[in-house]
Amino acid sequence: MLTLPNERGRFGMFGGKFVPETLMRPLADIERQLHEALADPSFHAEYMHHLYEYSGRPTALTFAKNLTERLGGAKMYFKREDLNHTGAHKINNAIGQALLAKRMGKRKIIAETGAGQHGVAAATVAARFGMECKVFMGEEDVKRQALNVFRMKLLGAQVIPVTSGNRTLKDATNEAIRYWVEHCDDHFYMIGSVVGPHPYPMMVREFQRIIGEEAREQMLKVEGKLPNTIIACVGGGSNAIGMFHPFLEDDVECIGVEAAGKGVHTTEHAATITKGTKGVIHGSLTYVLQDEHGQITEPYSISAGLDYPGVGPEHAYLAHIGRVRYESVTDEEAIAAVQMTAETEGIIPAIESAHALAKAFQIAPLRPKHETILVCLSGRGDKDVQTVMNYLEGDER
Amino acid sequence: MKHFIPFIVAGDPCEEVTIDLVIALEQAGATILELGVPYSDPLADGPIIQRAASRALKNGMTLTRALELIGQMRKKGVKIPIIVFTYYNPVLQLGEERFFALAQQNGASGVLIPDLPFEESEHMRILGDTYGIPYISLVAPTSHERIAMIASQAQSFLYCVSSLGVTGIRDSLPAELHEFLKQVKLYSRVPVVVGFGISTAEQVDRLQHVCDGIVIGSAIVQKIEQLQHQLNDVHTRSNALIAFSQYVVSLIEPLKRVGKNESQTTTETTKTVSTGQTD
Repeated sequence: MLTLPNERGRFGMFGGKFVPETLMRPLADIERQLHEALADPSFHAEYMHHLYEYSGRPTALTFAKNLTERLGGAKMYFKREDLNHTGAHKINNAIGQALLAKRMGKRKIIAETGAGQHGVAAATVAARFGMECKVFMGEEDVKRQALNVFRMKLLGAQVIPVTSGNRTLKDATNEAIRYWVEHCDDHFYMIGSVVGPHPYPMMVREFQRIIGEEAREQMLKVEGKLPNTIIACVGGGSNAIGMFHPFLEDDVECIGVEAAGKGVHTTEHAATITKGTKGVIHGSLTYVLQDEHGQITEPYSISAGLDYPGVGPEHAYLAHIGRVRYESVTDEEAIAAVQMTAETEGIIPAIESAHALAKAFQIAPLRPKHETILVCLSGRGDKDVQTVMNYLEGDER
Repeated sequence: MKHFIPFIVAGDPCEEVTIDLVIALEQAGATILELGVPYSDPLADGPIIQRAASRALKNGMTLTRALELIGQMRKKGVKIPIIVFTYYNPVLQLGEERFFALAQQNGASGVLIPDLPFEESEHMRILGDTYGIPYISLVAPTSHERIAMIASQAQSFLYCVSSLGVTGIRDSLPAELHEFLKQVKLYSRVPVVVGFGISTAEQVDRLQHVCDGIVIGSAIVQKIEQLQHQLNDVHTRSNALIAFSQYVVSLIEPLKRVGKNESQTTTETTKTVSTGQTD
């Protein structure tokens, strides 16, 4: 399980490289250089150096004392990826890929973004490492996330509004890939999640493993044992893979939480593993939300970071073999979890992370007090304050 | 004459007109047709073909219907080989075997899948052999050492992507293109055709000496887009089809000029390409 993907980039049947011929060589170059970099102690040292002195790692492990008492069951711990520079786990991967781009002699970065979190992380590292950065963002998202658009511009990045398709993350990713096909000779495509063609799902996982590695050490130090259960939200699934991967061979229950939007019984959700079928999206064979004719359908979630019709191929594999259980949480449950975490612990989580929290709050009371639940609090909620406000005001009306 | 391979999208602007357009293209001198199946996420396509795909999807076009449309074209007497150009996901949902069975039943002559590169296509190539529907391979300017491997398995013809990037109209083609095509021809046992970005008679004229055929997509699809309302209206359709044919004839005029002296190669290549045809 831990040695995957295989040399063809497959996690079981999932993954692979479903891309135009033009990209096969650039992908092979990245793969070769990535393997060299990962085997090079100086690359790892430089990566860790930036994580520590620039992003502020290690991130804290917070015992959610008040919530634990209130719910009266298992002890809950939060891995605080929200305390990273730029406010989410996305920076871990952005730093790693920027260092790889630098190693490959590429000084131009392309990134896609939905809500703008990965776009901001990419723009940030581009500024830090003196690189040019173009961020593709659906026109709809540009409107909805005006503040993040300005943040990226402030960081010196160029934001390119995408007008194809439904003008959201899926289309931004299509357009980023199209631009990359045209400029693959001197541009590096920095994908924000464990999606895309091989070696991206593996690469992003390797740059997010730090979450689970640190949390494992911290849990052993504080509790003297591994957690019983780990919970993380899953859109593309990078924080979840980063959290789960170092625990996959242990006797630890892993739960990935997808966005149920307005309910998995409706058409307005983003629960790809729960409701999707096998298909190809953005270069990878995985579970996909699609119609019977193989046309990709538009997902929905109040959380822009989970609003994606595909999922990382390694998650598809982990679901298929039954190692990780995937469940879903609605908009309503997630917003309630935002409020509860804010009021009880003084932490405003991102709505994405609140999906994992909501699931933890459902499970904790059912588990004995000596058990522990570790939740990946993948990002902070500052970016979502407006959304939460609109939702709650709309609710009251 | 060298191959002229037009690309249009099935169901753009509507199913009925697609058949008329194919008949017009055959009469205008098309030797092979690439019939595009519309897809929600066409990664290899630029804005013109993306818009055509959206129009066709709105009309309810699907992979199955596109294959059946080929059957209707055959009934109307279309003789040229028809290559199905589709992204992989619709094939996966239909089922690979079922896809080939339907392609064979309806008289398709080959399949080209732009997001299924050599390493992922072995199963499709084997099935293609079983059903007598050749799997068309692509090489790109970045292929380099991959060219020999891809060319060794090429069937019918080898499709060269002219330049980095997606489909679309390009003002200029890269200076290295001629060298690239010459290199590919060294490795290829089948005719070498070039596509992506070719949109003027001048480009056709310059390229025809270094390849065996030319694919024109976006320029033709753009013409269809411009004429879509006249094409959809039965009263103006025949005039629009004439305008369409005139445009296509003007694009490939250089091919015909040279063709008179080079008729020998044509017989050979047409034979190779037609292998999968059932009519």
